[in-house]
Amino acid sequence: MRVLMFGWEFPPHISGGLGTACYGLTKGIAHIPDLDVIFVVPKAFGDEDQSTMQLVGANKTPIKHRKLNVNKFSQTLDYIEVDSKLVPYVDPEEFWKMQSYEVSSTHKFVQTDESGLVQFTGKYGPNLLKEIADYAIVANVIAQDHDFDIIHAHDWLTYPAGIAAKEATGKPLVVHVHATDFDRSGGSVNPTVYEIEKRGMEAADKVITVSNLTRNIVIEKYGIAEEKVVTVYNAVEPNIKETPTPFKKKVGEKIVTFLGRITMQKGPEYFIEVANAVLKRVDNVRFVMAGSGDMMEKMIRRAASLNITDKFHFTGFLKGDDVFQMLRMSDLYVMPSVSEPFGISPLEAMQSSVPVLISNQSGVAEILTYAIKTNFWDIEAMADAIHGIVSYPALSQMFIKHGKEEVDSLKWENSARKVKLVYDSVLP
Amino acid sequence: MRNICFYFQVHQPFRFRRYRFFDIGQDHYYYDDYTNESVLDKVKTKCYLPTNQLLLKLLKKHKDKFKIAFSISGVALDQFKLYAPEVIDSFKELVDTGNVELLAETYSHSLVALKDEKEFKNQVKQHAETVKEIFGVKPKVFRNTELIYSDEIGRMVKSMGYEGMLTEGAKHILGWKSPDFLYCNAIDPKLKVLLKNFTLSDDIAFRFGNKGWCEWPLTTQKYVDWLVNLERKEEIVNLFMDYETFGEHQWKETGIFEFLEDLPDKIIKNKALQFVTPSEAIKELQPVSAVHVPNPISWADEERDLTAWLGNEMQNEAFEKLYSLLPKIRQCEDEKLLKDWRYLQVSDHFYYMSTKFFSDGEVHAYFNPYETPYEAFINYMNVLSDFTLRLNSAVPESNLEQELANLSRIIEKKEKKIKKLEKQLKTSANK
Repeated sequence: MRVLMFGWEFPPHISGGLGTACYGLTKGIAHIPDLDVIFVVPKAFGDEDQSTMQLVGANKTPIKHRKLNVNKFSQTLDYIEVDSKLVPYVDPEEFWKMQSYEVSSTHKFVQTDESGLVQFTGKYGPNLLKEIADYAIVANVIAQDHDFDIIHAHDWLTYPAGIAAKEATGKPLVVHVHATDFDRSGGSVNPTVYEIEKRGMEAADKVITVSNLTRNIVIEKYGIAEEKVVTVYNAVEPNIKETPTPFKKKVGEKIVTFLGRITMQKGPEYFIEVANAVLKRVDNVRFVMAGSGDMMEKMIRRAASLNITDKFHFTGFLKGDDVFQMLRMSDLYVMPSVSEPFGISPLEAMQSSVPVLISNQSGVAEILTYAIKTNFWDIEAMADAIHGIVSYPALSQMFIKHGKEEVDSLKWENSARKVKLVYDSVLP
Repeated sequence: MRNICFYFQVHQPFRFRRYRFFDIGQDHYYYDDYTNESVLDKVKTKCYLPTNQLLLKLLKKHKDKFKIAFSISGVALDQFKLYAPEVIDSFKELVDTGNVELLAETYSHSLVALKDEKEFKNQVKQHAETVKEIFGVKPKVFRNTELIYSDEIGRMVKSMGYEGMLTEGAKHILGWKSPDFLYCNAIDPKLKVLLKNFTLSDDIAFRFGNKGWCEWPLTTQKYVDWLVNLERKEEIVNLFMDYETFGEHQWKETGIFEFLEDLPDKIIKNKALQFVTPSEAIKELQPVSAVHVPNPISWADEERDLTAWLGNEMQNEAFEKLYSLLPKIRQCEDEKLLKDWRYLQVSDHFYYMSTKFFSDGEVHAYFNPYETPYEAFINYMNVLSDFTLRLNSAVPESNLEQELANLSRIIEKKEKKIKKLEKQLKTSANK
């Protein structure tokens, strides 16, 4: 069985959980005999790990001389200009550049360079919606060029591409929902994005969601039939990195860490309020907010106005090994997400032997037992849990010991098997 | 003649309220009055009152032929006094028939037997005194919290003068042997040991209303046939269960009350069977051998061990921290603190922290006020932290502080005396 898979990013060029999940899943699929993947990303750099699948960059596919079969999509998916603030999922570095960015020109046609290649940036930027549309056109071409049995599209960015491929070949389409706009926007949904998402789910033969939390959103908010939606949980790559701790902590002092994009979806303001509540009563603890994002300035101001900045630290955006070092220094990882479809990062924390406190509003809470779970708005409960972890050693000992076992039992191979079952169910 | 020994356990814990770390050192009230009262009220209406009433009727009807035994934890008695004194009255009526035996246990329904002999004996004594005070009887047979037993615990119990003790007929202890005989303690053979027949007990306590069970529906006739058709020589069948089995674990709708109403009649009419109390059993039967229990057993779970209460890091830490306060508790005379101390030890608190039930949430969720074991642990430790602070300020830290406290008390006294004398001097000078 050959799968034509549409993604948006692939290691090492990753700006978020979507890339990590796509990579993990394709690796998992590699363990299943007779299952091949053709992975399509908008921009292939050439240094991606291609051991497990064939990677096709959309910008290496000449489309100039192709007869495009774009009946529906050329009309409905014309380039739509959006304010950059509505861009759903941004590389934190990129974001800062984007703020000073001005989108001046409007392109109403498919841009190609001299050899007939469509240019893609492959990053989530202000040109996102135009790129999605272009991507769909190229997808149509790729679909006609390759031989495959099934189409698998990851997240709304690639749904139009998935639909185009289905139109061109008539092969069944599976869409994989890693997040919805309800998660990203906190309720104030971008109608354009919603429209793309809904159309993708409706066109699909089966919808895969990363948690029951997301499954319910898909059923209730997008009106997709229950029997069409299947939950397949993500997993985590085994972690072999053993870096030494960067510096010695003060004896007896504990570090509580928030690590992620500082955006509304991740609930950073709740982390600050909790820190404030804990710092009023507990001496031997420091809080770290690692990462960057559109709410960072606001958060710094809030921390300053609470007068806790002697014990509350911002690191800015962390890269590569710094992330692991930060984790290894931590005594507790907190993810107070307001709406988190899955959330792989707590799993990475557990791999690094760090106890985790996660919100009930995260998909990963559905599969973890060795984690403290509270509601994201419940400052008291979170503060109490943090105090418990730093004050009663048995609690963190227990999480460290059993948490690692629990995470190690989550394998991408198992997720891939469940995905295979979904494929089987839509093939004639 | 085969003996049938029914024993019911009555216990209700004082559940803690959500006690945040903000409260430590600020608020010293730990109990969730609303939950405690409403749970007790529910169980009272569904189980205690109707079952007591039924049993009283049966005891009067069958005169001296129907006999049962209870143990009621001190903590449960405290709750009855507080929320439902009529339950105490109805138990009194039962005891007054003369065919209801009350057994001894630890006042706090605690696990202290595993930790400290002196405190254990103290709590058993406390319970016996309370039972004597309320019901006017002195318990002669002992049952430990959750039927926890070991050779060593048996020895301690005997040294307090008890003649017999109840425990679980755990398979891994008995091997090929049957629980349906009288046994004795391995260290002190004078202590008789009654072993629970867990198959026949659990048929009533756990399986009675289960429609998926191959023996459902369980009729009294069928049950009596099972009792009669055991191995010919077996002398006693010990049926030990939670009293809440009737009406609470097994709802009224399952027909459990009809079963209970009819069973004594069927047993009494059968010539091969008769009812005994634990005291009569240990007096009349001869022990067949010693039962060796080097490591403690209990009546919980498949494993019949302690892991439901002391099976993970959190439970062990909470348990150790709690009993590390013992030396100070011994010096403490503050009645309020001692009361909290009793309620802190209740085994249920440790049960709430169990992680054994991640796969089997059902049993665990029942009556558990916490959503996760972590919440249970954090809440308990917060309460314990506050309690420790209070205890520390009530009981001076070291000998030196003790001495200082004594000296300052003497100085205070002398100063008062001086003032008094000065006053006298003044008044006499004025004259």
